[in-house]
Amino acid sequence: MTAQTSTHPWRKLKLNLSHRLADFNPVQWLTSLLLPVTGIVVFLMLWHVGAGQINTSLGTFPGPVDVVEQSQSLWQGHVAEREKETAFYQRQEERNAARMADDPSYSPTIHSYPGKATFIDQIFTSLVTVLAGFLVSSVIAIPCGIIIGLSRSTYQAVNPIIQIFKPVSPLAWLPLVTMVVSAVYVSDDPMFEKSFITSLFTVTLCSLWPTLINTAVGVANIDRDLLNVSKVLRLPTFTHIRKIVIPSAIPMMFTGLRVSLGIAWMVLIAAEMLAQNPGLGKFVWDEFQNGSSNSLGRIMVAVLAIGLIGYALDRIMLMLQQAVSWDKTSEQR
Amino acid sequence: MTQTHLELSGVGIDFPTPKGPFTALNNVNLKVRDGEFVSLIGHSGCGKSTVLNIVAGLHKASRGGVLLNGKEVDEPGPERAVVFQNHSLLPWLTAWENVELAVKRVFGKTKSRAELKDWIAHNLELVHMGHAMHKRPGEISGGMKQRVGIARALAMQPSVLLLDEPFGALDALTRAHLQDSLMEIQAQLGTTVIMITHDVDEAVLLSDRIVMMTNGPSATVGQILDVDLERPRNRLALADDVHYNHLRSEVLTFLYEKQRKIEPISARATATTQAKKKTEVA
Repeated sequence: MTAQTSTHPWRKLKLNLSHRLADFNPVQWLTSLLLPVTGIVVFLMLWHVGAGQINTSLGTFPGPVDVVEQSQSLWQGHVAEREKETAFYQRQEERNAARMADDPSYSPTIHSYPGKATFIDQIFTSLVTVLAGFLVSSVIAIPCGIIIGLSRSTYQAVNPIIQIFKPVSPLAWLPLVTMVVSAVYVSDDPMFEKSFITSLFTVTLCSLWPTLINTAVGVANIDRDLLNVSKVLRLPTFTHIRKIVIPSAIPMMFTGLRVSLGIAWMVLIAAEMLAQNPGLGKFVWDEFQNGSSNSLGRIMVAVLAIGLIGYALDRIMLMLQQAVSWDKTSEQR
Repeated sequence: MTQTHLELSGVGIDFPTPKGPFTALNNVNLKVRDGEFVSLIGHSGCGKSTVLNIVAGLHKASRGGVLLNGKEVDEPGPERAVVFQNHSLLPWLTAWENVELAVKRVFGKTKSRAELKDWIAHNLELVHMGHAMHKRPGEISGGMKQRVGIARALAMQPSVLLLDEPFGALDALTRAHLQDSLMEIQAQLGTTVIMITHDVDEAVLLSDRIVMMTNGPSATVGQILDVDLERPRNRLALADDVHYNHLRSEVLTFLYEKQRKIEPISARATATTQAKKKTEVA
């Protein structure tokens, strides 16, 4: 029995592979690989030639070669900084150990490393912030969307408010959020940085709407027959929501979540730039202010990193959608 | 057997429209005995489905009412299980889970876990779906989906089984197959059935009585035909049966002579005359 179950996934995989091999069409495969590669190559060439034509006060516009160079230097900077950090803590430990040996009553204090955040650190900060903001917005938007979708009157009452707040730019919210956070979030030993809270709420306020609207629409458009089934079975409200409403609305919900995550990521970069909150946006702004001959190349690296991360986030959401949703035909764009 | 099980008395319904209330049904009277198989037949739009929905409790009658075992029906409930035209299975659940949802709701408190399991399996076997119990609706054919829909309804052990054009969306061969299954199951369980159909052969083959409805607005029961054919019935043997064909022709006569649908034709006629007038003006 156990042997059978353990071979089962293997057999499935083999079957899958042989199917794929049978379907394998070399010409199709080559074109499906060749076309995107051609696109990228042509783009790189145009970029290279075009960048050389643009002269700024900080030198020529960064081309692909500069970007590769700068990304290497940013990575080396990150590695060097980490080495310095470990060395710093090691020195401290050694010093404390020596003092403890001299004086056993001495209780050591450990100073944290004062070095500056590297490019990689900023990426990490941005990712944590965007995911936290997105999580908060989802936790608010999905239940609210379900409530709005279930009742036509609530929908009509709330709709104008949603329509008004939906198109508001994050930059307009930012000063208000900053002031409110600094007024309300007062604590001697804050668990989070104020800047983190500010970025998080700005992201939440802007990424709330697509999930909210899509969930509401998904819930409002459940098949009438399924609603009738629920009525005939006299399902209690909670069971009705859990068994009928949520599964029905999941495809729409995920469409909303994907749009929300995309918006969250865009908004975050803008918020970080404007408010000087740590993250990729701050990195871009700092490089801009720095104005060295490397700055434009570094900004371009950040631009590409932002794009790649945004793309990766969307793919992850799509994979999650396919894993969770019963509707396997959901579009793959 | 002779006792009235379900009674519709003076049922009428008005739907609000911008031009004022539209009377879809008026004064529908019908008595159904326990274990009887009754078909409702009529032209599309005559309000057959509305009658069924009133019995199911999904629509509220504006006048009159429905009594089931002497109790008035005023909301939907599992003792009046419905099989809808488009299977209406939950697409994210397997056949088993779809039936389970209904079974747990109806017998969750009275039956043990093992009994529930047996009951679900029993009902799926009854409709010959034992081999595909763990497939989702997207993975099985239309006929199989409808079988699961019937299993789900039967599993609620309803006092009346309501079928709303259950085989309307299926091809002729699958339909014949399912009709035979339904006859078999009904003979076995003795369930009271009300079925909506617009298929004359289906009505004659399956029913004890055929209720023929007049055209709307204010549709009502036009004529009731007793189908006194021996059971079990065999569609092949009946194809040449004189009495069967006589019954069949009676339903056809009602539908195509007494209750011919004339509105669309007259509408088309006025449209053409108007078009003619326009060309004359031009």
